[in-house]
Formats: sequence, C-alpha cells, structure tokens
Amino acid sequence: MASSENKTPLFGVLAEYASPRDIFHACEKVRDAGFEKWDAHTPFPVHGLNKAMGLRASKVPWVALVMGLTGVGGALLLQWWTSAVDYKLIIAGKPYFSWPAFVPICFEVMVLFAALGAVLGMFHFNRLPQLYHSLFHSKRFERASDDAFFISIEAVDPKFDSEKTAQFLKELGATHVELVDD
Amino acid sequence: MEPHSLDHERVDRRPPLIDGARDFHSITEAVSRPVETKVPQTWYIVFGIGTSLLLLLVGSTGYLFYEGTGIWGLNNPVAWGWAIVNFVFWVGIGHAGTLISAVLFLFRQKWRTSINRYAEAMTIFAVMCALLFPTIHVGRVWLMHYVFPIPNQMDIWPNFRSPLLWDVFAVSIYGLVSTIFWYVGLIPDLATVRDRATKKWPQRIYGFLALGWRGSNRHWQNYEVAYLILAGLATPLVLSVHSVVSFDFAVSQLPGWHTTIFPPYFVAGAIFSGFAMVITLMVVSRKMFGLERLITMRHFDAMAKVILLTGTIVGYAYSVEFFVAWYSGNPYEGFAFVNRAFGDYAWAYWIMVSCNVLSPQVFWFKKARTNLKVLFIISIFVNIGMWFERFVIVVTSLHADFLPSSWGYYTPTLWDVCALLGSFGLFFTMICLFVRFLPMVAMSEVKGALPEANPHFVPPDDEPGESIEASPVAAKAEPVPDPEPTPEPETEVSAEDGSADENVETDDSEQEEPNDGE
Repeated sequence: MASSENKTPLFGVLAEYASPRDIFHACEKVRDAGFEKWDAHTPFPVHGLNKAMGLRASKVPWVALVMGLTGVGGALLLQWWTSAVDYKLIIAGKPYFSWPAFVPICFEVMVLFAALGAVLGMFHFNRLPQLYHSLFHSKRFERASDDAFFISIEAVDPKFDSEKTAQFLKELGATHVELVDD
Repeated sequence: MEPHSLDHERVDRRPPLIDGARDFHSITEAVSRPVETKVPQTWYIVFGIGTSLLLLLVGSTGYLFYEGTGIWGLNNPVAWGWAIVNFVFWVGIGHAGTLISAVLFLFRQKWRTSINRYAEAMTIFAVMCALLFPTIHVGRVWLMHYVFPIPNQMDIWPNFRSPLLWDVFAVSIYGLVSTIFWYVGLIPDLATVRDRATKKWPQRIYGFLALGWRGSNRHWQNYEVAYLILAGLATPLVLSVHSVVSFDFAVSQLPGWHTTIFPPYFVAGAIFSGFAMVITLMVVSRKMFGLERLITMRHFDAMAKVILLTGTIVGYAYSVEFFVAWYSGNPYEGFAFVNRAFGDYAWAYWIMVSCNVLSPQVFWFKKARTNLKVLFIISIFVNIGMWFERFVIVVTSLHADFLPSSWGYYTPTLWDVCALLGSFGLFFTMICLFVRFLPMVAMSEVKGALPEANPHFVPPDDEPGESIEASPVAAKAEPVPDPEPTPEPETEVSAEDGSADENVETDDSEQEEPNDGE
C-alpha cells in the first residue's frame, strides 16, 4: 500500500469499517487522538456520530433564519409599496395598507426564502456541488453509498503519518486500509 | 454516559418496518433494481395509457387556447366549473405527500421512510396538474404573467387583498418547496445509483445530479439540519396552502362558501384524498417492482388508519355545515344546504357522502386495513368521493344563488372531460418516468431506520436466546436480557419505532403474509 507514496501526492488514508457500531467507536478514538482534517463516510447519517467526531453545531439554521426574515420583510415591503405608495387603489373600502390581508403572502414568501436558505446554506457549508474529489479514486469507496463505513484522514493534517496513521486506523478495527492519491 | 438509557432499551413489540432481508446491501439492491434493469411489461402498458391521455391533454388544451373557455360547460351562474374542481382536487392529492414527508418526519414516525419518496413525487406531479387548471382557465393564457407582481406597461399591480392572488403565491411556492425538499432527499440516493452505474451516461447524469455527494459525516450533519428545517417549514406550509385554497371560497359572500369551517375542513379532506391516492399508487407499484418487503402491510395499515380518521373528520364537517346553516337562521344559507342535499345536484351530494363518509368506515377492521383488494377499492372510492366533494362545493353553491331568475344548471362538455382525463395522463406519465429513472424508496432513510443502523446495536449472534428466532410469539413473550448493557446510549433514540428492537428478531411477517396475495 505504500507503493505510490513518493510518486503522486497523497490525499490521505482511507479505512473501512464493518458496521455503524465499529465506526462510531473508531471515530471517538480518532477524535481523541487530536486529528483535525478527517471525516467519516456513511451510507446514512449514523446517530450520535457528530458527537463522536466532535463536530460543532451546524450553522445552517442561522442562514435559514436570516433568509426567512428577509422573506417576510421583503413581502411586506412589496405589498405596502405597491398598494399604499406606488399605485393607490381603494379596494373593498379597506385602508391602503391593510396589513391583515397581506399576512398570507408574507408567510408563503417567508417559507420559500427560509427553505432556499436552508438548502443553499447546506450546499455552501458542505462545499457542494463538488463533482471531483480525491476519494473517488478508491474503488472500494463506491460502497460508501451502499453498505460500507469509512474514515478518511487527510495527509494535510499535522498529525498525519502515512504508516502510523494507517496502523492506528487498523488497530481501531478497520477491515481494510488503503492510501488514496490526491 | 447520558441519563436516558432506559428509553434506548425499550423493546418495539410491533412487527418490523421491513420484512425479511434486513441488511443495508439488500435494500440498495431492491431499490436500485428498477432503475438499473428492464422494467416489467405492465409499466409499458401504464406508460402507454399515460402518454396517450397526455396527448389528449395537449390536443384539447390547444383547441381551448384557440377557441377560448366557451368550449367548456361554463355558463353564467356557474362560472367556475370543472377546471376549479380539478384544481382543488389535485392540490388536495398533493398534500398527503408533504404530510408523510414532513409531518410524520417531525413526529419521528419511522414507518414513513418506505413511502415518503414516492409520496413526495406524487405531491410534485399533483401540484403540476393543479397549477395547469387555473392557468388554462384564465382564457388568455399568454397574459398569465399578470398574476405576478412584475412591472408592466399599465403601471398597475396585482390586488394583494384577493385570496385568488394568495392562491397564486401559496400553490406555486408549495410546488417549489416540495420540489426542493424532494431533491434534497434524493441526493444521497442519487449518489448510490451513480456509484452502482456501470455505463458512461448513467454515471455522468446521476453523478451530475448527485452533486458529488460522498456520504461525508460533516455533510450529513448540515444535511440533516437542513432537512429538519425543510420539514419544519413544509408542515405549516401544507396547512396554509389548503387553507388559502379554501379562502378562494370562504372569503366570498356566497351561501355555501362563506363559512369559517372551510380551512380545517379542506385540509382534512386534502390529507384524506392524498392518502387514498398514495394507497392506489402503492398497491400497484409495489406489486409491479416487487417491493413487498420494503412496503409492508404495516404501512398500509397505518395509512388506512389515517384515511379513517380524516374521512371521519370530513364527515363531521359535512354535518357541522348543516348545523350552522340551520343555527345561523340565515335563509339563504339554509336554502343552499337543503338544495345541496335534496336539489338538482342531490345525486352528486350522495355520491360524495357514501364514498367519503361511509366507505372508509370498513377500516375500523384490521382485516380490511390489511387486505390489498379492499384497500385498493376503498382508495378509488375515496378519490371519486373527494372529486365529487369539490364538484358539490363549487357547482351547487353557484348554480342557485340569491336570485331565482339567474339560476341555472351546469353540464360539462366533452372538452371538460378531456381536460380531466388529460391531467391524469400528465400525472401517470410523470409517475411512470419517476419509478423508471429515480430510486422510488428513500434508501438512506430506510437503512437509517433499521435496528442495525444504531451504533449501539448488538448483533443477534452476540445474544443468548437467539434459538427462538423462528417464533415471533415466543420472542415477544420472553424478553431477552440484554447481554451487553450498551455503554454510551447518547443517540437521540426516538420514543417510537425500531431503533432498539434487537430483542424481537421477527424476520417473518406472521399475520400479514396471507393477505399479501393481490
């Protein structure tokens, strides 16, 4: 497995685990060993793995909140300006700024903006779309979307050492360990 | 070491969500097969019928644009005919999809995982059909953009106080948000199909659509949060959409429409009809693609219960309408309802009552809830009944309003029938394309709902007392002590299903199997 080490730059080491239980405990150990540039890859979100990896809370809700407020404000502003400023019309004897009638559209636009915020925020923090990634070099990695569980530690991590890190992951119960080119 | 360990060790005594094969790979296989292999012949038959009806839609709509809405049966008292009936019918169908995907997600109902993808797809296609009808009903469809607040040469804006404009926003945003929600749910499964694809073009297309998803847990973290937010937004959205649709009627002054009960009554009816449509489609598709192990009788049982509940709410709403008409002392309101039940359209009213209120009552019996033939027939009845409900609401209130001199009778024409059949063509064509080219069950979610997915799951071969595996009755009667008290139960184990049912290894499907024969 060390054959290509000196020829092409190394992305990191990829270790395969058999079950959610194995990867869960392995992640705890990798976290405690102080690695930073590493990740777990699972076919479905494994409960508690965020904590086992020591991840901080997601920032996506803040994007959704800001976008949702923008949606409400924007919709109210639009309805106020068109009905009470730009082209005033008396309709059904109501005031120009009859805000209760504007509530439904404010709500719907809030939902739209917040939903877009949640999804675009998720893409932003995940750096998606990213059609190319070094891990796709690994043939075994195709099963990360099927039934296999992986931990990858990147070579750029200060604690990384191709021999020792691979051995470390193996000791944590990996069924297979390989080095992945960048 | 978190304190809520007892919760984690709870035993789920119900049958498993998924029958038989229960490992991750077999789920991938079962769901990916229809996408990767040739589809069964029945698919071509359904697709053929769907596209033929779609052609009918295109043709009849073309003639409609050429000639105008006069080709429909619309007349002076009844200016809203089948087009609006169909619109409300289709929007309602869509609501079950959002309910399954969002509301049941928030309630941590894990049984939804086998059917949510399909139901969400149904939502999107139903909303497409729904949006079609107001669009073609405006007559001069090339001026449709006037409904949006776009600056125009007249310097005038849409009337934001009108429920019809609220409707434009509500339904189109509902369509958009449903599509976003559906696509976000699809991304991990598209990655699965990409990784399994062997030919170049499928690899490229699914690879492009999967956006380079690689199952990273750092991604899953943001993904799960975004999904939760979407579910939290879609839940009030679905309630608001049908409430706004009901405002089209309730905000008017017409007897029979002008009632405050409309929003909740419409929402219950929408969920009712939507679940019926899910059952109709599921019974056929699971048979066609051999998904009996993923979509089990337990799912049908749960859906039949929802139909029974919402059907009964709808029946209650019918009776409250009559009560209020009498109690209000308003002679016009009273007449509208007497006319509804005993007037010219009494036949439609009683079709509606028998389909919507009476027929679902068989679901009080478990035998009926787990019999595919009964489920299918009742679901068709409910679909018919809910279409008639909208017909009754729209037409009976309009055809005989305040002035007897302006009363009339509405009869649809051939072109009305073409538009309705054509919308079914659009719907079934889209459904066929969906089941052919996209994974119709949310693989990653079903995998996540398996007991094995829990990081504290103890494999069965570690457990004593596994010899009783063949007999679920014995397994239930005798709680097996957990040999390895799980050390760190820090997962968010839901109170409901699955996550910790390692003690009930009921790999068979005892009482369900005999009825599986349709």
